[in-house]
Amino acid sequence: MSLKEIIPQKLKEKFQNTEFEISVYRDELTIKFDQKNILKVCEFLKLEPELEFLLCEDITAVDWAKRKNRFTVVYHLFSLKNNFRLRLKADAAESESSTGEIKWSIDSVTSIWQAANWQEREAYDMYGIYFNNHPDLRRMYMPEEFEYYPLRKDFPLMGIPGSLSLPNK
Amino acid sequence: MGLESQLKEHGFFTTTVDAVVAWSRKNSVWPMPMGISCCAIEMMAAGDPRYDIARFGSEVMRFTPRQCDLMIVAGTVTYKMSHVVRKIYDQMPDPKWVIAMGACTSSGGMYRSYSVVQGIDQFLPVDVYLAGCPPRPDNLLHALIMIQEKIGKTKAADFKNIRRPELNIIQNN
Amino acid sequence: MSDLEKDEVHPKILKALLETESEIIVEDALNNEMILNMGPQHPATHGVLRLLLRLDGETVIACVPDLGYLHRGYEKMAENMTYYEYIPHTDRLDYLSPMANNVAWVMAVEKLAGIEVPKRAKYIRMLIAELARIASHLVAIGSFAMDVGALTIFLWTLREREKILDIWDILCGARFTNSYTRIGGVANDAQPEALAKAKWFVDQFDDNLAECEKLINTNRIFINRVDGVGRISKEDAINIGFTGPNLRACGVEFDLRRATPYLCYDEIDFKIPTYNEGDSLARYFVRADEARESAKIVRQVLLKMPQGEVIANQPKKVLPHKTEIYSKMEELIHDFMIVNFGINPPEGEIYSAIEGSKGELGFYLVSKGDGKPWKCKIRSPSFCNLQALPKLVVGQMISDVVVIIGSIDPIMGEADK
Repeated sequence: MSLKEIIPQKLKEKFQNTEFEISVYRDELTIKFDQKNILKVCEFLKLEPELEFLLCEDITAVDWAKRKNRFTVVYHLFSLKNNFRLRLKADAAESESSTGEIKWSIDSVTSIWQAANWQEREAYDMYGIYFNNHPDLRRMYMPEEFEYYPLRKDFPLMGIPGSLSLPNK
Repeated sequence: MGLESQLKEHGFFTTTVDAVVAWSRKNSVWPMPMGISCCAIEMMAAGDPRYDIARFGSEVMRFTPRQCDLMIVAGTVTYKMSHVVRKIYDQMPDPKWVIAMGACTSSGGMYRSYSVVQGIDQFLPVDVYLAGCPPRPDNLLHALIMIQEKIGKTKAADFKNIRRPELNIIQNN
Repeated sequence: MSDLEKDEVHPKILKALLETESEIIVEDALNNEMILNMGPQHPATHGVLRLLLRLDGETVIACVPDLGYLHRGYEKMAENMTYYEYIPHTDRLDYLSPMANNVAWVMAVEKLAGIEVPKRAKYIRMLIAELARIASHLVAIGSFAMDVGALTIFLWTLREREKILDIWDILCGARFTNSYTRIGGVANDAQPEALAKAKWFVDQFDDNLAECEKLINTNRIFINRVDGVGRISKEDAINIGFTGPNLRACGVEFDLRRATPYLCYDEIDFKIPTYNEGDSLARYFVRADEARESAKIVRQVLLKMPQGEVIANQPKKVLPHKTEIYSKMEELIHDFMIVNFGINPPEGEIYSAIEGSKGELGFYLVSKGDGKPWKCKIRSPSFCNLQALPKLVVGQMISDVVVIIGSIDPIMGEADK
C-alpha cells in the first residue's frame, strides 16, 4: 500500500469523530478537515514513527472571496524518511467581534514546528488571519503602521493612496 | 571649499582654476553604492576585473556616506526603504550627484504594485537615469562618464551651492 | 533604556527584542545593555536586511530581524497577470541564479496544466540550472570571504562568474535576468557555440576553484574566524525549516534532486556533499563541494544531450513558433488567445519545488480555470533560512554576526518577495 492510502487510513483510525476530505490530484495528497483539530492532527503526523513529518515547508492562506469560509489555511509538510509531501487544509474560524467586524483565526502550530513562526506571521500580515497562541504575532513585511491586509481580494494592486508615506523633503 | 569660496567673479584667471578644480573632482568620484537588489549585482560586476570601474577613478566604493560624492541607487526602492535612502542621501556632504540605475529606480520598473515607489525622483534629485533591467556594466560606466562630464562643466564657484534637479512629485503623502 | 528616543524603531519590535529570555550567561556582565541597529544599508548584510541587536558589550543577547525593505508585492502581481507574463518576474527572485527560478516556475505551470516537455528541453534546463547554481555559489563564497576580510577571493570568483554570464549571453541574449524558459520547453535551441563554451568552462573550472580555495582553506586567520561559529544541531535545523546547503552542513543528506527527482536527474550520477559539524565552516565547504559536483553534472549533461525539439507541440497551451505565427492562420489565432487570455489550466492546485542554490524553492499555485492564477505562493528558501538567525547569533560577538549571515547566504529579493 502506498503512503497515499496509509496516511488517510491511519488518520481515520486515530481520530474517529473528525471528517477528513481526501483528494489526490496530479499525484499529490490533500487532506481537509475542521480547524479545531489542527493541533492534534499535526502532532500525530509529526510524532508517529512511520510517518515522521518533521519538516514544515510552508504555511499560507487562500482567499476565496465568498461569504462563508472565506479563508482556507494551507499547510505543506514533508517527511524526510519517506520522501513524501502532504498538504493539509483547514478553513479559518470566523468570529464576530463586539464592533461587528469579522475576525478570522486558527490555532498556531508553532509549538510543534518552529519553522511555522515566520510563516504564520507572513500569513497574518498578508491576510489578517489571527493565530491563537502565537509567541510573537506582528507584521512581517509591511510597516507596522500599515492598516490593511495586502493579499486580500478587496485590496487593489496599486494600493490605497496615503497608506504608505514617503520621506518629507 | 577654500579657494573657490574666495572667487567672486568669473574671469580669465578663474577659468584655469575652474579647469583644475573640475578635473581633479571628476577624476576621483567615489561612489556610494546603495545596492538594494538585482542591479547591485551588476554594480558589483562593474567593479570586477573585466569592467573595472577603478580605472575611472572610482577606486573605492565606500559604504559610509560621509566620504562619497556620488550615490548610485541600484535596485527597487520600496516605500519602507525610501526613508532610509533619503536619510543616507542627507548624510552625504555637498557637492553630491545621484545616478538612478535601472528601470526600477527610474520609474518603478516592472513593479506596478502597492509597495514600490514609482521612480526615486519623487524624493531624490536625480542627475542621470540609466535604462536597463539590469543595465549592463558598460552602461553604468557610460553613466559615470556622463556624470564626469557634468562635473567637468561646473565652474568652481558653483560647487558651493550646486543646482540640483527638480523632484518629480506625483503623490503627496 | 528609558531615555531611548523614538527613532524609527517601532515599539512592537522593541518589545519583542527586550522581552526575549536569553539563556546565555555573560561573564563579567556590564550594568546596562545596548540596542544596536545593523541597518538595511550595511556593507555586510547581504542586501537590505535590518537586524536589531541587544548587546552586552560585544556579546549578542537577542536579535530581531526586520524584513520587508524589498517587499515588491510578487504574490499580488501574480494574481493579476497571465502565467507567461510572470516569467520575467521570477528571474528577479533569487537574482544570483536567475535561470533556476525560471525553471521552477515553468515546471510548476506545466504540472498544473498537464504539459509534457520534450527530452532535449529537459536537458537544456538541467544545464542552465546547474550553471546557475555554480554562479550563485561563486558569489556566496566570494562575499563570505570578503566579509571575513579576504578581498582577493571575491574578485577571482567574480571573474569565473563572468564566464558563465558570457555563456548565457550567447544562449539567450541577456547576461543576467534572462527569461529563457517558456511553458512547454525553452525559448530557442542551444547554439553549438554556447555548448562548446560550457564545455570549455567546466574543463577549467576545477583548477580555478582550487586556486581560490588554496588561499583560504588552510589560512589560520580564516579558519579561526569561521570555525565553530553559528553551530546548529541536526534536529534544530530540521525543526527550524532549513533546506539546501545549510541543512546538508548539519549532517542531513537531503537533496530534492535525489529525494523527489525532477527533470532528468535520475539519469545523472552525482554525489551529495554532507558535513556533520553544522557551523559556518561546514556551510562554506558544502558550497565549494557542491559547485564542483555541479560542474560534474554539466559535463555529463553535455555528453548525454539528445537531439530533438525544444518546445512541446500543444497548440492550445504552448506558444507556437514565430515564423509560423506570421504565415499560418491557426497559429496566429492560438498566439493571440494565449497571449491575451492565458493558457487556462484546469481547476485545481499544485505545489512544485526544485532544489535551488539556497534550498527548496517551491511554487504553490491555485487555478480556477482562467488565464491568471487565483493564488500563487512562493516558498522561498532564504526566508525560511533567515528564521534561524536569531537562534544562531545568541552568545556570539558582533563580528560573528557578519560571518553567520554570510554563511547562511540569504538573498533579500527572495526573502522579501
